[in-house]
Amino acid sequence: MWIVRLNMSDRSYKLEEVPERYKLLGGRGLTSTIICDEVDPQCHPLGPHNKVVFAPGIVTGTSSPTSARVSVGAKSPLTGGIKEANAGSGWAPAVAKMRIKAMIVEGAPEEAGKFWMVHLTWDGDQPQVEFLPADAYAGRDLYEVYPEIFERFGDKVQVAGIGVAGEYKYGNSGVVFNDMKQRPTRYSGRGGVGAVLGTKGLKFIVVDASGAPGVAIANETLFKEGAKKMRAALMEHAITKPKGGLNTYGTAILVNIINEAGGLPTRNFRTGRFESAAKIAGEAIFETNKKRMGKEIYNHNCSPGCIIQCSNTLYNEAGEEIVSCIEYESDWAFGADCGIDDLDAIGKMVYWCNAYGLDTIEAGVTIGVAMDSGVIPFGDVEGAINLLHEMGKGTPMGRILGGGAATTAKAFGNPRAPVVKGQAMPAYEPRAIKGIGVTYATSTMGADHTSGYTIAPEMLAVGGASDPLKNEKAKGELSQAFQKTTALIDSSGHCLFIAFAILDISSGFDGMIDEINGVLGTEMSGDEAVAMGAEIIRRERKFNEAAGFTNLDDRLPEFMKYEKLPPHNVVADIPDEVLDSVYGNL
Amino acid sequence: MEVKVKLFATLQRYAPDGQMAGDVFRVELPEQSNIGELIAALGIPNREVKVAYVNGRARAEVYRLKPGDEVGIFPPVGGG
Repeated sequence: MWIVRLNMSDRSYKLEEVPERYKLLGGRGLTSTIICDEVDPQCHPLGPHNKVVFAPGIVTGTSSPTSARVSVGAKSPLTGGIKEANAGSGWAPAVAKMRIKAMIVEGAPEEAGKFWMVHLTWDGDQPQVEFLPADAYAGRDLYEVYPEIFERFGDKVQVAGIGVAGEYKYGNSGVVFNDMKQRPTRYSGRGGVGAVLGTKGLKFIVVDASGAPGVAIANETLFKEGAKKMRAALMEHAITKPKGGLNTYGTAILVNIINEAGGLPTRNFRTGRFESAAKIAGEAIFETNKKRMGKEIYNHNCSPGCIIQCSNTLYNEAGEEIVSCIEYESDWAFGADCGIDDLDAIGKMVYWCNAYGLDTIEAGVTIGVAMDSGVIPFGDVEGAINLLHEMGKGTPMGRILGGGAATTAKAFGNPRAPVVKGQAMPAYEPRAIKGIGVTYATSTMGADHTSGYTIAPEMLAVGGASDPLKNEKAKGELSQAFQKTTALIDSSGHCLFIAFAILDISSGFDGMIDEINGVLGTEMSGDEAVAMGAEIIRRERKFNEAAGFTNLDDRLPEFMKYEKLPPHNVVADIPDEVLDSVYGNL
Repeated sequence: MEVKVKLFATLQRYAPDGQMAGDVFRVELPEQSNIGELIAALGIPNREVKVAYVNGRARAEVYRLKPGDEVGIFPPVGGG
């Protein structure tokens, strides 16, 4: 097992032994620990002392289902705190199969505006790295560039990269990975990790795992038993099984239920219901495709080995692809949050984010803030697409918007910035869904639904039930429990969506623990594994404290405390003590 | 009494022909009917229903409906 260290100051690399303390870590646990160990919390995120760390999860690259995840860590230019942004792609198992535990990108080139790429291959008994110039790919649409990369390096490679958003060093800039059809669509989107890679002058990491030995598994029998239990749970649960909720309607199946509950943020978080929600929902995507293609189209996998297969493709009237894929978050951000009910337009906006290297959540919320500030009216499709192009061109307006929702609100003098720690809120209204509000406020990542997805019990009756509107102390405990388990899942290499199955089917959770123990050769209990999740969050929290964050940063925006949100007419009223209890008791 | 009903995702097939997910249709029920009885009246097998919202609040099967209530019924859904 190796740590691959890429030094962008002199374009050299080192293969290092994995230190003892990293051996049982993977994914988020490893990226966050390395950032804590090697990055000065007070460094400027865009300066030479920040680093970008890539790590596949513990079981990534094995035969375990739905486990092709990669974590990208850095100090975030958007929040100023630690960041882990997670994606599913064939890139992750390719790296894992080369027995690379993590890749650390450090240093910065002296030459401004120059870009390189890394070609990572297997030389027979270890990985090898070649640095190549990448200036020819800079400043361009990723949909144009990705096919050129595959043409040049062959069909078997997997490609990580940044778009112009990362080159311009926007707070809104992701790291993109290819999907199963080699499109640049799978994003570690949040927190501006693309910009940090941009400061390193690193445009692409092309991985060719041909000949690599595969992931070492310490206890094959235990691992196989675990993977079998996991597979059974995913195949059984109504949300995750083939032709189940996610496979049929995609993640946008959530639009209607969150809207029905009055928790779908609409027109920059002015109401919790969008009158045209049904027009942009997962059901509408499915029906639109059926009508245009003359048959039912079920979703596909974003990465190898996934059995949930929740990624959709939207087709136009001529049967041509508009984009793949429209996730719930993107659908909401460009739809309800901007007052837009035109699916094709939403699809085009997702396309342009993929082309430019932008995070769809941050981009949609930013445009919502711009609309709320009078830059363009709510519902203005053409205006919204133009604003995306401004970001893509790097005009002065584009650079303000590329700074994210908080920067845009500040530039236009608008107190209604739906952000925590500078990061835009995702598609759940924290005033109407109290537990997710606790997660947004307290997460080490800034407003982030994935870091403690209380939506499962609050909205979906998965993993128990919790009244979303009830202002109660238990919301702190609920969010904390989800945050700990999530840090574990994000380290395992599994997609977070396995949670739907393993929250309801306990043998699935046992299976995940067996898989982890099987790969690592450990004997952790479920409780011990979750405790590892808690330890990861404690490390992240410590980094943020050293970067200058206090409990007072764990708060929802003020306007949510005095503006009542229809239809339930509620404000953000979870007491500060409850917010502080999340880490106080961790 | 009359209540307004919306069916979503895989439950759409129990709605009147031509209804899309989220379209409202009206259902006539005896006074004092509960959600479970509405679900039975629609011919939806109980096991297919995961959550029912009445006027934006999740309610249990035994919840008694009032005239004019708006009921949204969902199968298991999840995403993120």
